[in-house]
Amino acid sequence: MSRVYPDEVAREFERPPFTFTDDNGREIAIRTYGGSVPDGNERHEQGSNGDEASESDGEGRQPAEDNGGIEFETLVEMYVAFDPADRAQGIPPARESGIREWLETVLDGGCDVLAWHENDCVGHATLVPDGENAYELAIFVTSEYQRAGIGSQLMEGLLGHGQTRGAAGVWLTVERWNDVAMALYRKFGFETSNTDSFELEMSLRLQ
Amino acid sequence: MEVLLGVDGTDGSLRALDRVTERVAATGDELTVAIADGGGETDLEARVREAVDRADLDATVRRLDGDLGSALVNVAESEGFDRLVVGGGERSPMGKIELSQETQFVLLNAETSVTLVR
Repeated sequence: MSRVYPDEVAREFERPPFTFTDDNGREIAIRTYGGSVPDGNERHEQGSNGDEASESDGEGRQPAEDNGGIEFETLVEMYVAFDPADRAQGIPPARESGIREWLETVLDGGCDVLAWHENDCVGHATLVPDGENAYELAIFVTSEYQRAGIGSQLMEGLLGHGQTRGAAGVWLTVERWNDVAMALYRKFGFETSNTDSFELEMSLRLQ
Repeated sequence: MEVLLGVDGTDGSLRALDRVTERVAATGDELTVAIADGGGETDLEARVREAVDRADLDATVRRLDGDLGSALVNVAESEGFDRLVVGGGERSPMGKIELSQETQFVLLNAETSVTLVR
């Protein structure tokens, strides 16, 4: 089954790492998973140019077991505390064992971006290869950090990271009542590609 | 209880087949397995009979024409089944549950109670 993508290619997105101040005055850092483990308040800022090529070649990407597992464990912690009301289509799973199993599959895709506030992981966005040369997108922000502009910055960083990694087609499904999520996706150029199912499918041409 | 299970060959429907045959063997409910795969694949029918035999059931296996969703709803209603059972959806690469059009149709249109098997 071939998916429909917009004719137009999306704009260039900003590549992580970058930082910004959210609508509630919090300093938020957007970083790729596996590229940097937070220690104290020090930020692992890298030059915005020049090191992207090496990062896309796997340097910035390590198995979840590496980094002493700190980054992985922090991410697990975020999902264990995740508000059940914010679950979508069965993810994230409810139990910790399910979360660990699910995260291993997702992170295995190799294209993950996290939002950090100090030492807490407060958001995660991911592209998972669909086996048909495209990627499925999902994004999560913990409830205390929602409605502060973090989702937009996470999307920006994820799509920028996806462009670095050469991703072309990106798609997602969203529950039809989820106006907030759909507005976010539209803002980044996603267009409705399939309305046949329970969930709406949207897609974006990254390059 | 008379149970009607719909199987279309998707992974979710085969999972439902294995779970339901196992369960019915324990409860003694009467099971009818309706196969709807559009193309008449004998492989699927063999797979269904194998599951029925494995559970040592005296179940009815039949084929439905056309769209699985509407055919299931029609049969369940016109023949007085107590329960309709279908697969509970496929998982996307991300792990999201996606309900097929057929499942959606069954959920919205069946007058019979429906069980989704995860």
